[in-house]
Amino acid sequence: MSALLEVKNIYLSFGGIMAVAGVSFKVNKGEIFSIIGPNGAGKTSVLNVVTGIYKPKRGKILFEDTDITNLPVKKRAKLGLVRTFQNLELFKGMTVLDNLMLSRHIFMNYGLISSIFYFGKALKEEVKNREFVEDVIDFLDLSAVRKKYVFELSYGIQKRVELARALCLQPKLLMLDEPMAGMNTEETEDMARYIIDINEEMGITIILIEHDMNVVMDLSHRVVALDFGEKICEGKPEEVANDERVLSAYLGEEKWV
Amino acid sequence: MNYVNCGNFKTSYAKDAAIYKTVFSKISIYSFLILMLLVPFYANSYILYILNMIFISSIAAVGLNILTGFTGLISLGHGAFIGVGAFATGYLALNYGMNFYFVIPLAALITAIIGIIFGLPSLRLKDLYLSIATLAAQFILEFIFIRAESFTGGVNGMPVAYPTIFGIEINNDFRFYFFAYSFAIVMITIGKNILRTKIGRAFISVRDNYIAAEAMGVDIFKYKLLSFGISSFYAGVAGSLWAYYVQFITPEHFTITVSIQYLSMIIIGGLGSVLGSIFGTIFMVILPEMLRHLVDLLSGVAPFLKQIFPAIREAFYGIVIILFLLFEPEGLARRWNLIKAYWKLWPFSY
Ligand SMILES: Nc1ncnc2c1ncn2[C@@H]1O[C@H](COP(=O)(O)OP(=O)(O)OP(=O)(O)O)[C@@H](O)[C@H]1O
Ligand SMILES: [Mg+2]
Repeated sequence: MSALLEVKNIYLSFGGIMAVAGVSFKVNKGEIFSIIGPNGAGKTSVLNVVTGIYKPKRGKILFEDTDITNLPVKKRAKLGLVRTFQNLELFKGMTVLDNLMLSRHIFMNYGLISSIFYFGKALKEEVKNREFVEDVIDFLDLSAVRKKYVFELSYGIQKRVELARALCLQPKLLMLDEPMAGMNTEETEDMARYIIDINEEMGITIILIEHDMNVVMDLSHRVVALDFGEKICEGKPEEVANDERVLSAYLGEEKWV
Repeated sequence: MNYVNCGNFKTSYAKDAAIYKTVFSKISIYSFLILMLLVPFYANSYILYILNMIFISSIAAVGLNILTGFTGLISLGHGAFIGVGAFATGYLALNYGMNFYFVIPLAALITAIIGIIFGLPSLRLKDLYLSIATLAAQFILEFIFIRAESFTGGVNGMPVAYPTIFGIEINNDFRFYFFAYSFAIVMITIGKNILRTKIGRAFISVRDNYIAAEAMGVDIFKYKLLSFGISSFYAGVAGSLWAYYVQFITPEHFTITVSIQYLSMIIIGGLGSVLGSIFGTIFMVILPEMLRHLVDLLSGVAPFLKQIFPAIREAFYGIVIILFLLFEPEGLARRWNLIKAYWKLWPFSY
């Protein structure tokens, strides 16, 4: 297997806080790769660096063997680097459908004039992309809420909409930041099922950040554990679960169940 | 007529994205638009004046709503941008003797470019800071209107000749009605189209969550500037029509008060709603007229009211805006939707 993403010795700090201190790992094509660690360990920060929201103080990010460390955020979606956010970041004033259609933004090439007349190329591309969006809606069982505004929906459904929005970008690497947080058992099981399907049926590589260890153990091919911004362990789920440093990092954390 | 919506299953995605989604709403809107063509044959020139002002202002209001309501960029300079359109019209018509079908697009384009230039600070500034930057644009442009006498006539203003079409001078309220009405329909349709495509969604994404928008590949800065450009284009068209209508323009017509009035219109009508912009315009054009009549009526009893009318009017605007922000923050457009939803289910409206 070849590496799709390579994170090379990255450092990130906020004022005095070292959020990420020399983390390196590789994510292989086709795998579900999990990042675990106690609260404040730097998991989200690593994603923020990979997606370009923050620039690392040191280190490199390679995607498909190309250095993307300095690539602007807006260009990374086009490469296939797509994420969801820990705290929902949907477009609340748009319907579910429009949220998903927005994800097709980079696949539409018509300009202002075509848009003014809503004719020809604009109409054709709108319809073509709408078809793609409808497939994703079917896949994630969102047809009932298609025309609803996001702010009207329950938290669990909003999480699913965010996943749908990410899928509409046709990711090569899908990064999910705590997709099950705040969900009940049933919603969690659904989400796990979707993640497996996305990985197996669509062949999309996934980075998963998750606190629910049962989920991590069940889904992941490989796991990396962070603590205080540093990588403390990497390996197969069962190896990481029994690692001493991991156990002590989680000592007193009730989430370790 | 209430059954029409029941079997409303779209057979294609193109139809699903249509502006008017049912046959019934299509028929009602087209009949309304045609009926409006008959109005000037029955209305007096006072009514026509009010309607013409509504057409012109609603174009500018839709423009401001694109920028502020849809893209989330508050502008305190819209009045000045309307002024750019008006002075550009006066200048082009006076010095080059161009006809309106060159002048209006050109004036609008000039306004769009100026709008984009004053939108450049949005690269770095957000929210309150950006609105202060647009306030600066307002004052800089006002200063230019007054000082660039060779272009604008300075404080003395400049005359604008009637537009002519096929040799017909559009020189009264009756003729101008059809002129302004056509522009309003075209500009509002264009606005609707822009907003239901990729560009409109990008605008809203910038407004709702610029971090996510960027992560989805939206070029935020480009769309902010585009929004400034389109919004100013609308201001330019409105300013141009206004110049042709009033025939004499001075810098006083384009002060900060005008900018604030337009902001009020879209707040009252509903931010992020094209229809709301129109409702807001109607409201804000008619309100002072009503107030004037009321003052006239009462002046028999209390003559001083007439003298302080301008002050009353401003205060009244303020009160109305506060009331809307408190009790109907989503504007008249939401009321309208509630009423529509009510009638759709009537008589089972629970
Ligand atoms: N924008 C920011 N400004 C200042 N400090 C930050 C910022 N983002 C993260 N941090 C700090 O960096 C450290 C790592 O945070 P991060 O969000 O990456 O943790 P995490 O592993 O995702 O935690 P959680 O499980 O709570 O989501 C924390 O100490 C946090 O307070
Ligand atoms: Mg986090």
